[in-house]
Amino acid sequence: MSALAASPAPPALEIRDLVVRYGASRAAKRNPPAVDGVSFDIRPGETVGLVGESGSGKSTIGKAVLGLQPPSAGTVRLNGQDITQSSLKQRRRLAVDLRVVFQDPYSSLNPTRTIGQTLVEPLRVLGVPSREGERRARETLESVGLPADTVERYPSQFSGGQRQRIAIARALVCDPKVVVLDEPVSALDLSTQATVLNLLADLRDQRDLGFLFIAHDLGVVRFLAQRVVVLYRGQVMESGSVEPVTQAPRHPYTVALTSAAPVPRPAEQTARRQAREALGFRTAGAAAGSSTGCPFAPRCPLATEECRTERPLLRRVEQSLTACHHAEQVAALTGAAGVRP
Amino acid sequence: MSVLPLDVADEVATEPAQPSRRRRPPGFLQRPGGLLGAVWLVLVVIASFTAPLWRPYGVATQDLAHRLALPSAAHLLGTDPLGRDLLSRLATAGAEPLLASAVTVLVAFGIGLPLALIAAERGPRVERVLSRTTEVFLALPLIIILLAVIGVIGSRTYVVMAVLGVLISAAVYRIMLGVAQSVRQRLYVDAARVNGLGSLRVNLVHVLPSMATVAAVQAAQLFGIGLLINAGLSFLGFGPAEPQPSWGLMIQDASAHVYDDPWLMVPSGLVLSLTVVAANELVDAIAGRTTKGRVRTRTRPVARVAAVDRGGRASAALEVRGLTVAVDGGPTLVSGVSFRVQPGRVLGLVGESGCGKTMTARSLLGLLPEGVSVAGGAILWQGRDLAGLSERELNAVRGREIAMISQEPMVALDPMFSIAYQLVRPLRRFRSIGRGEARRVAAELLSQVGIVDPERVLRSYPHQLSGGMAQRVAIALALTGRPKLLVADEPTTALDVTVQAEILSLLRGLVQEIDLAVVIVSHDLGVVADICDDVAVMYAGEVVESGTAAAVLDDAAHPYTMALLRANPHVAEGHAVPVRLASIAGTVPAPGSWPAGCRFAGRCRFASDACRVPFVPLPAHGGGSVLCIRAEDLARENATWERERAGAEVGAEVRA
Repeated sequence: MSALAASPAPPALEIRDLVVRYGASRAAKRNPPAVDGVSFDIRPGETVGLVGESGSGKSTIGKAVLGLQPPSAGTVRLNGQDITQSSLKQRRRLAVDLRVVFQDPYSSLNPTRTIGQTLVEPLRVLGVPSREGERRARETLESVGLPADTVERYPSQFSGGQRQRIAIARALVCDPKVVVLDEPVSALDLSTQATVLNLLADLRDQRDLGFLFIAHDLGVVRFLAQRVVVLYRGQVMESGSVEPVTQAPRHPYTVALTSAAPVPRPAEQTARRQAREALGFRTAGAAAGSSTGCPFAPRCPLATEECRTERPLLRRVEQSLTACHHAEQVAALTGAAGVRP
Repeated sequence: MSVLPLDVADEVATEPAQPSRRRRPPGFLQRPGGLLGAVWLVLVVIASFTAPLWRPYGVATQDLAHRLALPSAAHLLGTDPLGRDLLSRLATAGAEPLLASAVTVLVAFGIGLPLALIAAERGPRVERVLSRTTEVFLALPLIIILLAVIGVIGSRTYVVMAVLGVLISAAVYRIMLGVAQSVRQRLYVDAARVNGLGSLRVNLVHVLPSMATVAAVQAAQLFGIGLLINAGLSFLGFGPAEPQPSWGLMIQDASAHVYDDPWLMVPSGLVLSLTVVAANELVDAIAGRTTKGRVRTRTRPVARVAAVDRGGRASAALEVRGLTVAVDGGPTLVSGVSFRVQPGRVLGLVGESGCGKTMTARSLLGLLPEGVSVAGGAILWQGRDLAGLSERELNAVRGREIAMISQEPMVALDPMFSIAYQLVRPLRRFRSIGRGEARRVAAELLSQVGIVDPERVLRSYPHQLSGGMAQRVAIALALTGRPKLLVADEPTTALDVTVQAEILSLLRGLVQEIDLAVVIVSHDLGVVADICDDVAVMYAGEVVESGTAAAVLDDAAHPYTMALLRANPHVAEGHAVPVRLASIAGTVPAPGSWPAGCRFAGRCRFASDACRVPFVPLPAHGGGSVLCIRAEDLARENATWERERAGAEVGAEVRA
């Protein structure tokens, strides 16, 4: 993608042809990989949404970037430096600039340690003196909307939303360049989710932070991200700036995702539902896709023999990159079904 | 992937994990068994190790005039066959078995625990090698090996007990491995690794503390075993040589005189067994701290508001009036909830977690958790008050008249049986039909819920189905009794969004096809907009706004509903995404601490003094209601719950 969008600054995070397979047995090698040749960049200060349903490999990509799951092939570069194969120990220096916020705010904080101990930990590893570390922990907590005396308390004294703020503070305390946000709001209630999303949006706007925002909810991604990568069964279906991808999708799977997300307006939703039902997407899991063709072909109303035998490559169609043989017909498909208002 | 609403009852019934455990004594000391065990062990240890300082006689000092004496002022516990003072010998003998058992425990954990941590960290290959090796150790006969060791090196107690520790370390490894593996799956361990912590520090700081309870239990138990084996060895003559005292030898002495002087057995036998029992009591107390059970007896509700006007309106299939659900002898979880559902219509109960929507839905089937019951109001169904029925009468209603599907479809299906078996069994029971007929109906039901190849699905087992397919089967299962009302608790929350759309379409089809009435619980306003005809918005255990879905969602009258709608990031195609979302300061008040007036007032931007006193719901949205005293003012002023401005969250005001 960077080849096409010639940007002056080197990407903060660069992922090229990433492949991740689970298991080393012969049987495991016959299964399709969890992540299959995924490439994308995050420029400094940019938020990229990685969206897909369960089994799309989005969380696996996050783990591979963080070094929690070794990739089978491909490269991960942070600020131009190859960190694909570096052990977590080597990352101590290399990956100062890479941090994470996990989905579950309950199991991501050690219940036996105070918030202060949790926040100071990464700073200690970096050799920051403890008094300085304590000061930065307090500052960071305040910057995520929590009182500074939070440092003395234990995780059990906080609600889910507050815990997620603490997890965000832990990621920000050593001033990283890229933060992997693995479904950071999916476990939260609507009103809590809204405040955490607002916080992330503020951080995005005010700091020069790159976010890799992993989510299953395209609506949430559209709210926060500037660019989006849509995944299905470990492969990139479509990517590009968030407005064109969500508003004028050029891949049938993106159409399926956008049209299935319900909006809280009954009249509008009824119209959208009827339009979606007219599109004729087939049921998930009805039949397994062939290993050579497009993974979405068994569910796709546009699928032809070509789709079942030949894997479509990512190509530019208007403003987005899409992996569909029939990308040019997608606009007609949604237009005919009346998905566009 | 999804919002998992916390059970309100769980929130009430379980304590917070560990708020201020620094100030109070550890939990296991607060139970009598643990306290007595700990006190006894401390006493024995102190007495044994200080024995040379206070014992009244030397261990070999003989008082031949008083052999085999009973307790007296001169000999508090009596004397042995050689006239030696039992108290002195018993206390002196204690040091060795206590130390030796400690050696066993230390060696066993010194080997087993690091190996378990390494195996859990390094993954399956290392784990397999270590586990196979430990299995060999586990297969060795302990006592025989120990006797062989004694044969080679002589009866050097500490070495022998250390060898015992090595042999037992295999068992310690097996147990600690399981614990270590589950702790390593917690996200804070991953977070620490991402922070660049070394392997040693990750284990010491993040993994080991969470294993402490199990380790303590195992250690205390092993200590007791060590004491017994040590005493057994010296009983067999492999302990300290005479005249040095040992518990085992003293018991052997006593067993020789069990007929002519039974008392001799009492002091040594009692001290040994009490010490072992004390170690085990400590185990129970430590283990009990973590598995503090919620032992409650199921009680049927006692007081209940009499159901008025039985029969209800003919048009309503279900009418709930003033429903109140409470923890027995505890706080109220749901109060004064009323709604009606007509055949062929879908009612949505919507709200955030902790608002009582799941409790309300579950009370319709009498499926409240242990210790929670209906404390007031009526659930009128076909002329009966379900709230007053016995368990037996409810059983006749469940499945046949009212069915339920839950958030996690896999929970409804038994992994041990094929889908065919699970559908045929209730079909035969509910419809009194034969096996062949039932199987035919099962296939029909599966095609009715949109499964294309029912025969293949009938032959499969739950684990072979995807989440969406399993939810379809769960719906088919719910339809086996031809219910008139379906209660669906977050039926699509655990599903992918494209699958959710399919399941909602399926439910809508069923509603039209068989005139089903549906009560659907959801936190997702989009789902409500998609499928519900009517909606009841719940907050802190009560309905704050109700009416048709179109009226409530398009023209919300209650500030809470307004705020929820503005907090939702989903907008239809062609609409601009908001720059920031609306937020609601604070949290939902917990059951038991609801304010007297409006329960939302503490978080409401429009709250005034009038909101702090109780008031009744006002009619709104045609047949609906709104529980807001300012609703008319707000409608007149065209008030809206504004979204936040950008930057409000960073360095924002300190929140509670």
